[in-house]
Amino acid sequence: MSQNANNVLDHFQLFRGPEYKEMFENKRKNFENPEADSEIERVREWTKTPEYREKNFARESLVVNPSKACQPLGAVFASLGFEGTLPFVHGSQGCVAYYRSHLSRHFKEPASCVSSSMTEDAAVFGGLNNMIDGLSNAASLYKPKMIAVSTTCMAEVIGDDLNAFIKNAKEKGSVAEEFDVPFAHTPAFVGSHVTGYDNMLKGILEHFWDGKAGTVPAVERVANDSINIIGGFDGYTVGNLKEIKRILDLFGIGYTILADNSDTFDTPSDGTFRMYDGGTTLQQAVDALHAKATISMQEHCTEKTLKLVEEHGQETVALNHPVGVAGTDAFLKAVSRITGVPVPAALVKERGRLVDAIADSSAHIHGKKFAIYGDPDMCLGLAGFLLELGAEPVHVLCTNARDEWKQKMDALFASSPFGANCHAYPGKDLWHMRSLLFTEPVDFLIGNTYGKYLERDTGTPLIRIGFPIFDRHHHHRYPVWGYQGGLNVLVWILDKIFDDIDKNTNVPSKTDYSFDIIR
Amino acid sequence: MSVATEVEPTVEELKARNKALIKEALEAYPEKTAKKREKHLGTFEEGKPDCGVKSNIKTIPGVMTIRGCAYAGSKGVVWGPIKDMVHISHGPVGCGQYSWAARRNYYIGTTGIDSFVTMQFTSDFQENDIVFGGDKKLARVIDEIQDLFPLNHGISIQSECPIGLIGDDIEAVSKQKSKEYDGKTIVPVRCEGFRGVSQSLGHHIANDSIRDFVFDRLDPTKNAFESTPYDIAIIGDYNIGGDAWSSRILLEEMGLRVIAQWSGDGSIAELEATPKAKLNVLHCYRSMNYISRHMEEKFGVPWVEYNFFGPSKIAASLREIAGHFDDRIKEGAERVIEKYQKLTDEVIARYRPRLSGKKVMLFVGGLRPRHVIGAYEDLGMDVVGTGYEFGHNDDYQRTTHYIKDGTLIYDDVTGHEFEKFVEKVQPDLVGSGIKEKYVFQKMGVPFRQMHSWDYSGPYHGYDGFAIFARDMDMAINAPVWALTKSPF
Repeated sequence: MSQNANNVLDHFQLFRGPEYKEMFENKRKNFENPEADSEIERVREWTKTPEYREKNFARESLVVNPSKACQPLGAVFASLGFEGTLPFVHGSQGCVAYYRSHLSRHFKEPASCVSSSMTEDAAVFGGLNNMIDGLSNAASLYKPKMIAVSTTCMAEVIGDDLNAFIKNAKEKGSVAEEFDVPFAHTPAFVGSHVTGYDNMLKGILEHFWDGKAGTVPAVERVANDSINIIGGFDGYTVGNLKEIKRILDLFGIGYTILADNSDTFDTPSDGTFRMYDGGTTLQQAVDALHAKATISMQEHCTEKTLKLVEEHGQETVALNHPVGVAGTDAFLKAVSRITGVPVPAALVKERGRLVDAIADSSAHIHGKKFAIYGDPDMCLGLAGFLLELGAEPVHVLCTNARDEWKQKMDALFASSPFGANCHAYPGKDLWHMRSLLFTEPVDFLIGNTYGKYLERDTGTPLIRIGFPIFDRHHHHRYPVWGYQGGLNVLVWILDKIFDDIDKNTNVPSKTDYSFDIIR
Repeated sequence: MSVATEVEPTVEELKARNKALIKEALEAYPEKTAKKREKHLGTFEEGKPDCGVKSNIKTIPGVMTIRGCAYAGSKGVVWGPIKDMVHISHGPVGCGQYSWAARRNYYIGTTGIDSFVTMQFTSDFQENDIVFGGDKKLARVIDEIQDLFPLNHGISIQSECPIGLIGDDIEAVSKQKSKEYDGKTIVPVRCEGFRGVSQSLGHHIANDSIRDFVFDRLDPTKNAFESTPYDIAIIGDYNIGGDAWSSRILLEEMGLRVIAQWSGDGSIAELEATPKAKLNVLHCYRSMNYISRHMEEKFGVPWVEYNFFGPSKIAASLREIAGHFDDRIKEGAERVIEKYQKLTDEVIARYRPRLSGKKVMLFVGGLRPRHVIGAYEDLGMDVVGTGYEFGHNDDYQRTTHYIKDGTLIYDDVTGHEFEKFVEKVQPDLVGSGIKEKYVFQKMGVPFRQMHSWDYSGPYHGYDGFAIFARDMDMAINAPVWALTKSPF
């Protein structure tokens, strides 16, 4: 027995004791009908080969370890960015349990959201009664200022009509006629979580700008000098949106962050649970119509939203999750051009500091090969930064991207000599990435928590940047945007590079001549 | 939180307090909803056969339930841990993505080669699949699995909501493909998320699918299993953080032979061998009583419930299980209890003084709202409120053996109710899930996730009890709770 009251062994130590090891061996041998070790080894080696890669890439229907989630997750994420807003997902309740868990596991924060809890009878008769009761209960219990409705695939398959249902519920007195209930249809079988973000944000803006589903006159646009910023679906929303605000405050301009959930996912532990905290006020959402322009930090999260904004007479700028010097330059140039305010000296100085840091460390990154996967915009932003560092983003893979994204990636590769041997893989999953890493190895992998399985299998060190990050804490509190954000990303990459060098040079009298104290 | 100098209320005072706080919690609801919710909330009265609450009823829309769905009950709980099978999340991408490797069902195997638990296989439905049906796609998915993962020992098809709504015939596809692949085990599971009222129906459907597609297709000529008089199967242990392992070791030490684990670190061969067991020992009654009853009826395998949380219940359970065998095993049970006595005494000596008198409120699923109470009591702690996410009346009946007169009971608790109850009862610890964790920690209340063991564990068995005690101490006595009140 190895367990000990005074030095309690956790699972990662306990089961390595001889009594457990023996138990595992006997279980396997006697009861599991295992494959022979040689056969496992043979197949394991086979999965590393170009032949396996070819088979793997020939897949048409099976998806293994994808890097994307479904629309309603994005809708809930966007909804949580508005003042006092309760996301309400119409459909099966299990979905909502999943979105809440998923967001909480990443942000280590509560994620409030309700469901209309549709079951078999609703599948047959439709979910109207669930909407009527659901809105009434949610409003009574959680006293939101707004309820933002999206859908699960169940409600979409049976064809529930949100507009009609919400009207009907209001007529039945579930919530007051003037209570804001914007909505978006967010079928899980179309697009991904970034699509859901887009649909929900568009639904909310349409609601406020275009006459609240025909119940009030549309708002007349009176252009002003303000700008709107949209962050998009972003695991770094807490750090990023706060950084954007700091930057825009330095410019001294008027601005509105739409779907600002940077406080929602960053509430203090002080004895009070805040179901709602911060967020874009409903009045700001209305007034956003009058802005001069809207800048989206993530084009693929805002395709429909930006179209709506354009139709209302604003200029739009779509960025691709800008990381690093050139990315931030482009963002600041856009802000400066639109507002006519020159880039503040303080930011120019910050730029210089990021360049300084890159110059200090570039030798350790230059020429290193990377694989990246993640959401479409993040892939573009990170690949751009790596090129800037003189690294090669050899494999860039995006499950929730289309061919149009590949063209953008290819153009980015073409813009730098370091992009010469780089390839973009839209619509592929992490089992594809596994084949890529075996057949065309790289030095480092950048991705979310699930990348740890690739790190284990292929030995490629993982730098955790993306969503979700479940197994490391608090990185979402740091920005990756702006020059400060670029510095954070640079440090995360460097830390892994140095750790890796140390790990490979620490065998006494064998390799530790290179175990340098200064690097 | 509760202050040591406070005078403990009498049971009558507790009951009056509970009544008042239930009334207060219900005031926030619309009248119709309040009437429905009232039936799920109550106080345990000593001597009553159940806890006096209604359960296993549809959740009211819009209340922020903690419950999940049938898919979660089947893929997430029952089938997912079977390690040498590929479990397809059949439908859109989300369900499989959110449940991917989230339940910590530990297993030993080469992932992606002969084991597949921490992988997400999905048919990733697109609009065309909804419009034209997904059966052809499913057939291709199975072919591609066979092609790329040749050492898999079976495939299960875990239906997501759309499958049942668009009229796909996954049974036909499974049958056809099973034939094509020499009678391979391919199990269609109708666990669409809209079925039933919670995870619970998913457990039942999954159990039934094992009956229909594993047991009913057993080829007795193929299975050269040699029985012994001491063969048992562990049923309803999902090996979260290694729970089934720290349980199995005790059963083996007392002289039994564990021939199967359902389903944590389990394999299809183990499922197939289980009808040969002399006794099924059932931990999570809720999720696997169905198949246990079936094996009793069809194969004559008796089953016994047991509880491996905390030394008191472990010892009682070891004796109860041994009671089904001869003296050799009975002596074995005593030997095991004796062997771990020193560890148990040391754990209690170290942690009980730090935890004694602390009040706990629970809200969990499966067996835990009752099963963990003994472990808390072994540490001198007091469970003052408990409730089930998806329990049935037979769970609440069993709960009466664990709880004290005046315990607050809340079935399918809503976010609103749970927050109100904790605010008023002021427990020293709340044990619930990830969705609740940060709510209560913000309120300054120590918390442990009692689904995932907060990424710790195992909590089962004597080895697990040491970890459990350490974790509860760590949660309650962390210095951070003294910092939540700002001095300004």
